[in-house]
Amino acid sequence: MTTDLLRILPETILAGFAVLVMVLEPFVPTARKTLLGWLALFGVVAAGGALVQISLPPGLAFGGSVQSDSFSFYFTLLFIVVAALSLLGSFDYLERDNISRGEFYALMLMATVGMCFMAASTDLMMIFIGLEISSLATYVLAGFKRHDARSNESALKYFLLGSFATAFFLYGIAFVYGLTGTSNLLDLGQRLAPPAQAPTLARVALVLMFVGLAFKVSTVPFQVWTPDVYQGAPAPVTALLSTGPKAAAFAVLLRVVLSALGSSSGLAFWLVWVSAALTMCMGNLAALAQSNIKRMLAYSAIAHAGYVLVGIAAAVSGDGMEGSPSVLYYLGAYALMNLGAFLLVAHLAGTGERATEIEDLTGLAYERPGVAACLTVFMLSLAGLPTTAGFFGKFYVFRAAVHAHLVGLTVLAVLNSVVSVYYYLAVVVAMYMREGKTRASTLKVPWPLRVALAASIIGIFYLGLFPNHFLFVTNLRDAALLFTR
Amino acid sequence: MTLFIMSWLSQHTLTLITFLPLAGAVAIAFLRRDAVPAIRRLTLATSLLTLLLAVQAFLDFSLDHPGMQFEENYSWIASPPIHYHVGLDGLSLLLILLTAFLTPLAVLASWESISSRVKEFHLFLLALETGLIGVFVSLDLFLFFIFWESMLIPMYFLIGVWGHERRVYAALKFILYTMAGSALMLVGILYLYSVTSTFDLPVILGALPSKWRSLPGSAEDLLFWAFFLAFAIKVPMFPFHTWLPDAHVEAPTAGSVILAGVLLKMGTYGMLRFCLPLFPHAAREFAPLVSVFAVIGILYGSLVAMVQPDMKKLVAYSSVAHLGFVVLGIFAFNMSGIEGAIYQMCNHGVSTGALFILVGMLYDRRHTRLIKEFGGIASQLPVYSTFFMIVALSSLGLPMLNGFVGEFLIILGTFRARAVIAAVAALGVVLAAVYLLWMYQRVFFGEMTNEKNRSLEDCTAREKIILVALVLVILLMGVYPQPFLRRMDSTVTRVIRQVEPSTLALKLPAGRAGRCR
Repeated sequence: MTTDLLRILPETILAGFAVLVMVLEPFVPTARKTLLGWLALFGVVAAGGALVQISLPPGLAFGGSVQSDSFSFYFTLLFIVVAALSLLGSFDYLERDNISRGEFYALMLMATVGMCFMAASTDLMMIFIGLEISSLATYVLAGFKRHDARSNESALKYFLLGSFATAFFLYGIAFVYGLTGTSNLLDLGQRLAPPAQAPTLARVALVLMFVGLAFKVSTVPFQVWTPDVYQGAPAPVTALLSTGPKAAAFAVLLRVVLSALGSSSGLAFWLVWVSAALTMCMGNLAALAQSNIKRMLAYSAIAHAGYVLVGIAAAVSGDGMEGSPSVLYYLGAYALMNLGAFLLVAHLAGTGERATEIEDLTGLAYERPGVAACLTVFMLSLAGLPTTAGFFGKFYVFRAAVHAHLVGLTVLAVLNSVVSVYYYLAVVVAMYMREGKTRASTLKVPWPLRVALAASIIGIFYLGLFPNHFLFVTNLRDAALLFTR
Repeated sequence: MTLFIMSWLSQHTLTLITFLPLAGAVAIAFLRRDAVPAIRRLTLATSLLTLLLAVQAFLDFSLDHPGMQFEENYSWIASPPIHYHVGLDGLSLLLILLTAFLTPLAVLASWESISSRVKEFHLFLLALETGLIGVFVSLDLFLFFIFWESMLIPMYFLIGVWGHERRVYAALKFILYTMAGSALMLVGILYLYSVTSTFDLPVILGALPSKWRSLPGSAEDLLFWAFFLAFAIKVPMFPFHTWLPDAHVEAPTAGSVILAGVLLKMGTYGMLRFCLPLFPHAAREFAPLVSVFAVIGILYGSLVAMVQPDMKKLVAYSSVAHLGFVVLGIFAFNMSGIEGAIYQMCNHGVSTGALFILVGMLYDRRHTRLIKEFGGIASQLPVYSTFFMIVALSSLGLPMLNGFVGEFLIILGTFRARAVIAAVAALGVVLAAVYLLWMYQRVFFGEMTNEKNRSLEDCTAREKIILVALVLVILLMGVYPQPFLRRMDSTVTRVIRQVEPSTLALKLPAGRAGRCR
């Protein structure tokens, strides 16, 4: 029992601090709500410490519903980093827009708890609960600027489509349970035997679950909500939305398609293949036409989901030993660069997010050279230019894909990444190559945000130059339980 | 201690040459923005020191050693196995020498013409030098690709920030064209990796021939094209050349010098280093096709150059023609063809670099490059017009100057391989004389019609230093090509043996030369 509890200690700490923040909230004067933010950050750091300190052999907890191994370790670490950076980036944003309240920080922590459970659970019911926890928290966060129409629109759209998606996912779980009498992904292997003759209902269940997750990771054709939600939500929340829940949904997707359910037919492979191709093309082409930087980054996020799906396709068609680590690496690299970009955009947009057009950045490089250089690094990394994490992420995913003989999909992916260079460089062009007075905020970058930016930039170059130091974490050899085929 | 440092340095010559400019760039980053003279001097000193090291490597280069020299090989990333593996052979030796020679000249050429954001300009220029040298010395495909791509960023900024009116368009076009080509090359590299489980070029070269049997028949052809397209866009070969005139015209002088002088050679270098040795059968199969496109490039480039109203654009199109000769020489697959091609790569770097510098000097004075704005300025600028004459003659291949040696060898080599094509290509030599001399005549001779030209001043001391250095090299390479040619002998022999065993080693069993599938 103690071991079981230790295995979910980071999540417990996060949840505990979330409750603590809520309890303390009425006692903290309005002007000093940021203190609660620091408390939440302390909770995140404590959870991170707990995660690193507990070194248990990989294993199951709570009757096989939670699995702790290098897979869940990696994702928990990723979510903790995402939460910490988003918190650092939101302190001054909330102060500036006068929406600094304790709930914000508590909700951030709860969202993180949900994501951690999504990645660590092997039981579909448990995954669903994690999904709901994180979704409900993020719905509220998206609408946190209550007096802003776009923020409300964002929250409503996210809520309606999100609930729709989770319903699909739940429906899929119901089919699985009806068919096999278990909702545990690990047990499915025995129940579905012999896997070669998977019944039609198993395929229906797979498709339903795939659709539910496709909404969450915003792949074509389930991506329509993404630009509006990302644009309307407060920018630090968008930073979180576009990285954390997405990575969590990808973790679940990886588990589902690699379970007996996915491997029972070629269906999972073709689902992933087709949506990867569509998502990359649609995301990149739509991003080309954007003039608003938040919308551009939203479409870029869709395109990146496509690249991740290429890695998943490689994992499904190969033995999973090359595709899965590449997906994990990519999600980490993507989280760092996207978080950095959105947090910086949040700062540059100024009070009330007035300056979010790419044009507003005109001439920024000559007024704030440091800020422009940071944003350039994020853009180049998103575009996948060498020595950045973005490059090695793509390289790693494409390598897995070529290794799994998906040459056609890889060619499509590299051509797409060439297209993406155009719109990422549009930001650089505006900052460096056009003359004019910038409309973006030229205020000094507050120091918590500086820490967050420095952390993501160091991370981007560190992962890009020494991916090796990092790859051992994503080495899934001890996560043998993941691959149940 | 000194001894230790000396021995360390002598073992890491290549790393030093490659990363010294980058170290200079980092040092510049710490200088104050307004310390302009210090920034210029530091850049010049760094690039001159790099040149010194490159010359030293040139002298130390052993003539009899057939393989790579100055090799360094360290593990960088364990999985996938990626090595920091660099080395030098006759081909890369000349190209890094060229890079190291042109960079200080580019710095000198922008001494007065670049006055805004001086710090960033020199920072990017030095970073670019590291990227270029890195491309030429990498022996690991992954490392090569990293340098190949990362050198785009400084060039992009050089064109986009310090360029002329349509700079943003030109910079984007440049980067998108190049990346489109290299994207396919990346897939090719990954495919090679999945076949051989390594990125190390020498290892792949050894392992690949035994693998073709187990691969689909079209694999080699597709791989050849994946690499070749990336290089053809970079060269640029007809019909992928359209980015070049834009990039050249819009770039600042230093950018054009490096672009024409070194960047274009990355393409022809890649063909020699990768396309021919890795995919010999495909290279042989497609050689006629490639040669035809090279000849089209020669004629098309020359004819279009002839009618350009803008001097810089004229020089840009002449590059398309000159590089057509280089590609032609490479795909002749014989000693004189390939040696001529390598020699011509260097010649073109020096002469065209010099032409861009000369046009830039005129632009600095008059802020126009249109031929019709000038006329009869020879009497006004005697020194300048003399230098221009020598460089133009070198570019059109006058005997005793460098261009002649290269073009002669290429046409000789091509004649042996494909006589008809050589005959057509020789027309290009005539056309080169036409467009260059006609331009010269219109700009320098005749009556001075434009009053604005009366106040033109002749070369300053700084400009004379640049031009004397260039002309000395032009003469040296024209009169005494032996030291250069001898250093590439063993490399070229190796390449030919890899791509066409039959011409060199007739003693080998006939079956080895055929397509062994």
